[in-house]
Amino acid sequence: MKLAWPDKPTTRLALQLGLVGCGMFVFAIWIMPPLYDAFCDITGLNGKTGDKYQSVASKIDTSRVIDVQFIATNNDGMPWKFSPEIKQVSVHPGEQTRINYVAHNPTDKDMVGQAIPSLVPYKAVNFFHKTECFCFEQQALLAGKDAILPMIFIIDQDIPKHIKTITLSYTLFDVTERFSKDELLNMVHEGP
Amino acid sequence: MAHGPAKGLTRWLYTTNHKDIGSMYLWFSFAMFFLGGIFALVIRAELFQPGLQIVEPNFFNQMTTMHGLVMVFGAVMPAFVGLANWMVPLMIGAPDMALPRMNNWSFWILPFAFAMLSSTLFMTGGAPNFGWTFYAPLSTTYAPPSVTFFIFAIHIMGASSIMGAINIIATILNMRAPGMTLMKMPMFVWTWLITAFLLIAVMPVLAGAVTMMLMDIHFGTSFFDAAGGGDPVLFQHVFWFFGHPEVYIMILPAFGIVSAIIPTFARKPLFGYSSMVYATAAIAILSFVVWAHHMFTVGMPIAGELFFMWATMLISVPTGVKIFNWVATMFKGSMTFETPMLFSIAFVILFTIGGFSGVMLAIAPADFQYHDTYFVVAHFHYVLVPGAIFSITAGVYYWLPKWSGRMYNETMGKVHFWLAFIGLNVTFFPMHFSGLAGMPRRIPDYNMMFADWNMISSVGAVLFGAAQLVFLYNVISTILSGKKATDEVWDNPEGLEWTVPSPAPYHTFTEPPAIK
Amino acid sequence: MLKTARRLCAWMLGFTCLLAAGGALAEEVERWKFNMTPGVTPISQNVYSLHMQIFWWCVAIGVVVFGIMFVSMFLHRKSRGVKPANFHESTLLELLWTAIPFAILIMMGIPASKTLIDLYDTEKSEVDVLITGYQWSWKYEILGEDVSFFSKLTTPTDQIEGHASKGVNYLLEVDEPLVLPVNKKIRFLVTANDVIHSWWVPAFAVKRDAIPGFINDAWAVITEPGIYRGQCAELCGKDHGFMPVVVEAKSEADYQAWLAEKKAAAAAIAELTEKPFTFDELYAKGEEVYSRSCAACHLAGGQGVPGVFPALKDSPVALGDINHHIDVVVNGVAGTAMQAFGEQLSEVDIAAVVTYERTAWDNNMGDLAQPIDIYNHKQGK
Repeated sequence: MKLAWPDKPTTRLALQLGLVGCGMFVFAIWIMPPLYDAFCDITGLNGKTGDKYQSVASKIDTSRVIDVQFIATNNDGMPWKFSPEIKQVSVHPGEQTRINYVAHNPTDKDMVGQAIPSLVPYKAVNFFHKTECFCFEQQALLAGKDAILPMIFIIDQDIPKHIKTITLSYTLFDVTERFSKDELLNMVHEGP
Repeated sequence: MAHGPAKGLTRWLYTTNHKDIGSMYLWFSFAMFFLGGIFALVIRAELFQPGLQIVEPNFFNQMTTMHGLVMVFGAVMPAFVGLANWMVPLMIGAPDMALPRMNNWSFWILPFAFAMLSSTLFMTGGAPNFGWTFYAPLSTTYAPPSVTFFIFAIHIMGASSIMGAINIIATILNMRAPGMTLMKMPMFVWTWLITAFLLIAVMPVLAGAVTMMLMDIHFGTSFFDAAGGGDPVLFQHVFWFFGHPEVYIMILPAFGIVSAIIPTFARKPLFGYSSMVYATAAIAILSFVVWAHHMFTVGMPIAGELFFMWATMLISVPTGVKIFNWVATMFKGSMTFETPMLFSIAFVILFTIGGFSGVMLAIAPADFQYHDTYFVVAHFHYVLVPGAIFSITAGVYYWLPKWSGRMYNETMGKVHFWLAFIGLNVTFFPMHFSGLAGMPRRIPDYNMMFADWNMISSVGAVLFGAAQLVFLYNVISTILSGKKATDEVWDNPEGLEWTVPSPAPYHTFTEPPAIK
Repeated sequence: MLKTARRLCAWMLGFTCLLAAGGALAEEVERWKFNMTPGVTPISQNVYSLHMQIFWWCVAIGVVVFGIMFVSMFLHRKSRGVKPANFHESTLLELLWTAIPFAILIMMGIPASKTLIDLYDTEKSEVDVLITGYQWSWKYEILGEDVSFFSKLTTPTDQIEGHASKGVNYLLEVDEPLVLPVNKKIRFLVTANDVIHSWWVPAFAVKRDAIPGFINDAWAVITEPGIYRGQCAELCGKDHGFMPVVVEAKSEADYQAWLAEKKAAAAAIAELTEKPFTFDELYAKGEEVYSRSCAACHLAGGQGVPGVFPALKDSPVALGDINHHIDVVVNGVAGTAMQAFGEQLSEVDIAAVVTYERTAWDNNMGDLAQPIDIYNHKQGK
């Protein structure tokens, strides 16, 4: 029988191709998500604002005024009352500003919420710095309790000239299920 | 391993013969084609007139999802793999596929995948109802419980495709007869080689996407859940990074089939062979940098929109080259119009129409109006039905005499063609209009202003379905009682497959053929 | 079936039929609509002209390519005794048919890029609207005006199921349309509460995906007063086909009047909440709320869909503790299709529907919830 031609190179090729396949699987799960996050950081895609900003002394550009609007949305199944104390502020670039959101847990169970920030226009994302934000960590609220959630931000003086309005939205998610009772109580004690 | 096939059921279970496996792939895909067709007819029946008549909205969504999945993964892809199994070894002068045992395995896991997928229809909560694109969070947090079975079915289909692709690459690269250089290979072999590389590159990405879904659903990760720092839009990027090359996976082998058929019936060699090869490679490479044109409305920075718009428009250049080459092949030939040729010419015309709507969709600002409407449905059905389905049909009529040793009935072939051609256009052409008039896709009910176009579409769908019954009849009656075919079958066709007897013996090219 | 047959007959008679009945059809829907709307915003008109421009390019290319094909299919047939030529290569031709499409693409791409850049310029808006997609309704909030409301499909189930004849705006009508002023730059901020939706009004050429957790923006300047209708354009579950978008564009004065009216109505509801209702009042209102907001899943007879949507008839919730019943309606049931109606329905509506569900379909509990109970429940008291 001459059916089988030398199959050594074939086996090697098949293994190589199989490895490429595995590599693409690894690429999809372990490389694409971080790559996408990095891409979002650079371009401001999806308006994800960055992590805690170390404020540097900078002068205030009083020649410009930028309106910052605040929006609150509750995600599905999140019963808290959640809203900004004031809906809009006008600030100068370089000026440090503090605003508050307020939250109230009307249910009879202790809950944990996570606020996810999102900002438009995307071009402003990398010029909007937060030195303190309740969105950096989860917020625990005991049944029936209220909380004041502070956020301190600075708009970079280098923000493109054409941007006059920035809209910052927080969506509040119920993440109670991800935490045990003890973790929840710890959060309340350490929390603001 | 004697000279003929084993007898009985075990022949099919244990076979490592590329012709047996090719036939099984083709029959399997034929069955899935009818299953997907039934789902499509349920959709068209519900949309025959406004109001909810036949199914309730949740089941309607299951039908659109299952129709897409079954047609893409069950009908089109296995059919192309089946054709590759049959024809690649015959075309390059190889005795069999390079990895025959893996070949058996990659076919036999497919029926299990589709049995699992179909079984979800009978589960509590119903089958997947989130569209074949299964966008998170509809397919994760809000999915029916059957989503886990859907994920495993996708994994199995992916494994099957990857194994098939490895096999095809290994066969083409290592098993060509002496003298069969790469640039002498038939276009079908070339297009499949490139398709196989695409498959290996993107099927694992699909597997990755569904694995991330699985982990989000059952293991508390948040790849696609904003609450945990993930992003539902990431899912769309991963999906379309797979999905766009996937649509070329479903069209490149079609280019190969048509490039084999048109020269035969024009009695003139293929025009611009090398430019065809380069164009195919260019399309494949470009397919990796255009994925986000499926997501123009998702909210991308303007630079992204501009990049993906221009890159997408660029694809029409190599695609245009292929169309022009086919026309130039026909030009000044001596044409006859047997069934395979009719299907191939319809392919060129209708695929070009699908290409036109593709260019329109590439224009990002206009896409804000077209996106997720019936215009898109019309576009991809014009590309996939005349593209994939017609080319597969053309290939079956073209090679069936070689496979079975019997000639099909030309009149019946033509009846099939004209029914399918008219049915297709009556079904899908009005969808351009309903889409432009503002009808969103994937809705079970609609305003009366869309009623007339939808009714025409539904009538066409029944016609197209009936045409496929003629196809089934033609194939079976050819195999059972067709007239004896000659070895060459056609008038002086190109290719090694015509140098073996009809029907092709169980083992061919055990001695490598001499290549001119 | 008969109606269908009649429609088919109408086709056979062709357009003459439609023309003859022209007067009578004035009220009818616009039939045989086959092209994109030019719309009523500068952007939508640009988009329309882009669309037509590319369309004519495609037609021109099609005429040339298919023309050559058909001529060739006619002339170069074996039955005419043609001997085949043998050419199969021409570098010049290949270069030409690479370069010419390339040039055409550049001609198409430049105006498209300009329109796109325009479309992204959301600066200097005069009215900001926050749009939130829900399964399956839209919530609108005019920023800075304290006006916020849900907008839901009002087409009756009877029309959908074919027991009543369908109205002109079948599936494109809502209880409360979004009202906007003309000739002002309006910015739409789009997000979602649960799954991805897409807010689309063809007449504005605005289509934006509404994504939970993220915000998107788009803009429009509406140049003509009128009512503009659209639909959700991203598959969002069962009732994806039943969440229309209706926008009413009005003059500035009318818009201001509408704002005032909205604010007054909100104040009135707050007052109603304080007032007790009788059982009959609540039951009657509850029936109406139920058919609008609950019957899509739990069905008109309260029997639900086994395995998917639980029955309310004889259900432990409807026959159990009323506070738990209120909680289910207000907050939904996590991890199921039962959504939280606390924001979507007013206190009065929730009180009414709870009262209705506890007594209808032989549940016969006979107890009632007052709006103030719902209000207190929401406040956590």
